[in-house]
Amino acid sequence: MQDQDNVTRILDAFRSTDAPLLPVLQAVQAEFGFVSEAAMREIANALNLSRAEVYGVVSFYHDFRMEPPAQPVVKLCHGEACQARGLRQLLTQMTRIEQEQLEPVYCLGLCAVGPAAMSPNGGVHARLDAGSLRQLLEDPR
Amino acid sequence: MKVRLSDDALAIACGADAIARALTAGGAEVERVSSWGMHWLEPLAEIDGVGYGPLAVPDVAKLLAGELDDKCIGVIGSHPFLARQTRLTFARAGKTRSLSLEDYTATAGWEGLSLARAMSPLEVVEIVAGSGLRGRGGAGFPAGIKWRTVLEAPGDQKYIVCNADEGDSGTFADRMAMEGDPFQLLEGMAIAGHAAGASKGYVYVRSEYPHAIAKLEQAVRLCRDILAPFSVEVRAGAGSYVCGEETALLNSLEGKRGEVRAKPPLPAHAGLFGKPTIINNVLTLAAVPWILRHGADAYRDFGMGRSRGTMPIQLAGNIRHGGLFETSFGVTLGDLVNEIGGGTETGRPVRAVQVGGPLGAYFPPALFDTPFDYEAFAAAGGLIGHGGVVVFDDTVDLAEQARFALEFCAIESCGKCTPCRIGSVRGRETMEKIIAGEQTEANLELIEDLCETMTFGSLCAMGGFTPYPVLSAIRHFPEDFRRAKAHNTPNLEAPDDVPAR
Repeated sequence: MQDQDNVTRILDAFRSTDAPLLPVLQAVQAEFGFVSEAAMREIANALNLSRAEVYGVVSFYHDFRMEPPAQPVVKLCHGEACQARGLRQLLTQMTRIEQEQLEPVYCLGLCAVGPAAMSPNGGVHARLDAGSLRQLLEDPR
Repeated sequence: MKVRLSDDALAIACGADAIARALTAGGAEVERVSSWGMHWLEPLAEIDGVGYGPLAVPDVAKLLAGELDDKCIGVIGSHPFLARQTRLTFARAGKTRSLSLEDYTATAGWEGLSLARAMSPLEVVEIVAGSGLRGRGGAGFPAGIKWRTVLEAPGDQKYIVCNADEGDSGTFADRMAMEGDPFQLLEGMAIAGHAAGASKGYVYVRSEYPHAIAKLEQAVRLCRDILAPFSVEVRAGAGSYVCGEETALLNSLEGKRGEVRAKPPLPAHAGLFGKPTIINNVLTLAAVPWILRHGADAYRDFGMGRSRGTMPIQLAGNIRHGGLFETSFGVTLGDLVNEIGGGTETGRPVRAVQVGGPLGAYFPPALFDTPFDYEAFAAAGGLIGHGGVVVFDDTVDLAEQARFALEFCAIESCGKCTPCRIGSVRGRETMEKIIAGEQTEANLELIEDLCETMTFGSLCAMGGFTPYPVLSAIRHFPEDFRRAKAHNTPNLEAPDDVPAR
C-alpha cells in the first residue's frame, strides 16, 4: 500500500528524534490531510506504543483529524480580541454554508487588527469584513 | 530608493507582501525588517527613517513619487507611541532584519552570551536573581529562583524549555519576539543552558504561528555554531490552549496528551523526560541577554514594588492605537487604554477591558487607576498574565463574555481534573440559563459556588483562573446578567461542541 510506504518513510525521517510522536503525526497530516487508522496502527508499531496511546494523542489535539476534511477549511479567530473587533457581527453576515467552511481557532496573535483568519496553507489575513472573508473562502490563499 | 517594510505575520496579514511586490515593480529596493509594533499603521513603510502607513497597494505609486503626504507619520523613531516606551527586550524591533546575523552582531548581539560563558554558572544565576526578573508567561515566578533550583538539582542531563505556546487572546509579544528577533531568544536560552548546566533546549511554538516557527528554524540553523555546545530544537504545538501550562507542555513535548501534571515534583526537579528543567516564557528568556550586558541593577532600576524591569504590554481588541508597548511596570491601566491606546477604534466609550487573556478579569473604567504590577492587579481581583489588554466598547454584553469564558474552558480543558472538566460545562449551562432569565439570582449563586470549587479544586490555571473573567463580569457589570429579554448578542457556538440541552 502506497499509504503505508509513505508513513514508513515519514517515520524513518524521525529516527533520531527524541519523543517523535507529535512531529510524526504532524508530518503525516501535512502530507495526507488527516491521520488514518492505518497510519495510527503503523505509527504505534514503529514507536513501540499501544494503538490506544496514539489514538489518545490524535484525539486530544484540535489540529489532528481522523478523516479528510470535506473542503478547505479557513480558521477564523474566535478569541476575545477579535470578538471585541466585530467577530460576532461578521459571523451573522455569513450564510450557513459559509459558516460551515469556517473553523474556530482561539487566537492567531493578530489581536489589534482582527477579525483575523488563517487559510489551510498558513496564509494570514486581517481586518476582515464580510466581503474579504467571502473572497478568502472562495480562494483560500 | 530603499524602502523598509516589516515581514512580521501581522504586517503580512495586513497586506505587506502585496505592497512589497508593488514597490519592487516600481523600481524600489525593498528591505524586509522586523515590526515596530505600531499595528494600526501596518503595513508601515520606512524611507530614510520616515514612516508611511497604513499602506494599500494604490498608495505605492504616490509613495515612490514622494507624494504620499497624507499617510506620512514623520520620523518613526520619534513617534509618540514609541517615544513613551522603554524598549529593552524589543530594542531591535523595526530596526533590524530578523535573520541577519550581521545586524544582530552589530547591535550587541551575543555579548550577553560571551559575558555569561566567562562566568561561573552560579554567577549568572545570581545576576538573573538580582535583576528581579519574574516569569513573563503569567505566573510571575522569580526566574532566578527557578534557575538556581535547576543548577543545584543533581543530574548530568538537564533541559531548557522555552514556552512559546502564546495562546492568550490579546497577546502577541512572544510572536513578535520570535519573528522579529529570534537570535535574542536563542541567546537567552544558551545563557540559561550555561547557568543550569543544560546542553539541550526546546522551543515549543504553537502551530497557529507558522511564521514564527519558520523564522526560528532558520535562525537555529544560522547560529548553530555560535550556540554550540548548546543546541536548540524547535517543536510545534498541535492546537491545544492548555499546553501553555508548563507541565502540560512538557507532556506534549514528550509526545503525550497535553494533560497537566500534579505538582510536586516541580519541573525544576523532574521536568522534561523526568530531568531537571528550566521552563520559561519567550519574554523571560529574551530579557536575559540585556540583563547580562547591562547588569542586574540596571534592569532592577526599572519598575515598581516587586515587579522589576519592563513588561512588553500588548494593546489589542477595539483600540485605536493597538500594538506592542514595552514599558516599566507601574503605568496605569487607564493611561494604557486612553492616553496611549487612544480609546476605542469605533469611537464609542470604553466599557470593559480584559487583562491577561481568556483567564483574566474584566475591568470597568472605575478601576483604571490600577497600576500595571503583579501585586496591584491581584489586589484588584485580576492578573496581568502575559500582558494582554483587550478593550471592548459599550456594545459588549458581559453575560455573553462570561458564558464564553466557561465555554472556552470546556473546549480547552485537558480533562484531568473534575472541577475544570465538569465545572466548565455545568458553568456554561448555568450561565445560559441566566442569560435566558431562568431563576437568575439562584443561578448566579450557583455560579459563585461553582467558581469557588474551580478556583480551589483545579490542578492548574485553566480551571483555577476561569472564575476571574466570570466573577469579575458579574461583580462589575451586574446589570448585564439581569436583563434576560434584552440579550441580542449573537452567540458563538463552536460547531464541534458537545450538543448540550
